Amino acid sequence: MKSAVIVFPGSNCDRDIAVTLEKVTGQAPAMVWHRDSTLPEGLGLIAVPGGFSYGDYLRSGAMAANSPIIADVKKKAEAGVLTLGICNGFQVLTECGLLPGALIRNRDLKFVCRDVNLSVERTDTAFTGKYTGGQVIRIPVAHHDGNYFADNETLDRLESNGHVAFRYCNDNGKVADEANPNGSARNIAGVFNETRTVLGLMPHPERLADERLGGQDGVPMFESLLEQLS
Amino acid sequence: MAKATVHVTLKNGVLDPQGKAIQHALETLGFSGINGVRQGKYIELDLAETDSEKTQSAVTDMCEKLLANTVIETYRIEVSE
Repeated sequence: MKSAVIVFPGSNCDRDIAVTLEKVTGQAPAMVWHRDSTLPEGLGLIAVPGGFSYGDYLRSGAMAANSPIIADVKKKAEAGVLTLGICNGFQVLTECGLLPGALIRNRDLKFVCRDVNLSVERTDTAFTGKYTGGQVIRIPVAHHDGNYFADNETLDRLESNGHVAFRYCNDNGKVADEANPNGSARNIAGVFNETRTVLGLMPHPERLADERLGGQDGVPMFESLLEQLS
Repeated sequence: MAKATVHVTLKNGVLDPQGKAIQHALETLGFSGINGVRQGKYIELDLAETDSEKTQSAVTDMCEKLLANTVIETYRIEVSE
């Protein structure tokens, strides 16, 4: 499985996802600098990593969304190349218009850095096939601007079309306000695009993909991608 | 030379936790009668263009493409000579 990780100034999870991709797929991703204008040919997956690209200047992800490489990311994502944005990567994908909505300042103004529970909303996608329906997984979050916002019409459309990928929930899988770490609308932690070939999520599956780091709940996402692409 | 100023603010209905925190702090200081606080951004642009219509249209384009995220924000432009 050929993959690429986009690296911006201020990315800090680019190596985490590279390690996880190599571990799960057996192939190291191409690390692509944001100033490059084209991605390698034949990619199965484009990963936009977490971090603080451009120091979150103006808005989180706003500068990165206008980097030279993004034109080719958009072109390939729109042509169906699987695209995964994690944390700052999710912010970049909403800023560049590949995903609906926006990520605004956390409800309680705090930087939230801890494990959260997520309910897997559907398992018939390239990203989630190795999870089981209704499964509750534990994945870390680390963000200041993770409060998912979209207008009600967009939220209704996301829900009725099955484009919500993950929601914050409690230990039993109940989607409740007390399980919402940042105030996200309808507890949304991750969304798909129309074709479910682009996924953005605030939690970091790549950071919990090794037993030595305390868990492996992130691994099935990468195994799903591997199965889809091999 | 023209100068353009841009105010970017969160749309009505978008939660502004920073505005709320500012309001609470003001109330703690004893200021009363504050019905709401919304925080935004102020951007100044020095531009080579002299035609104010062209400036207006260029800055609108800048707002749509970068300065504001119109999913959550609105903007107001003022152009002066």
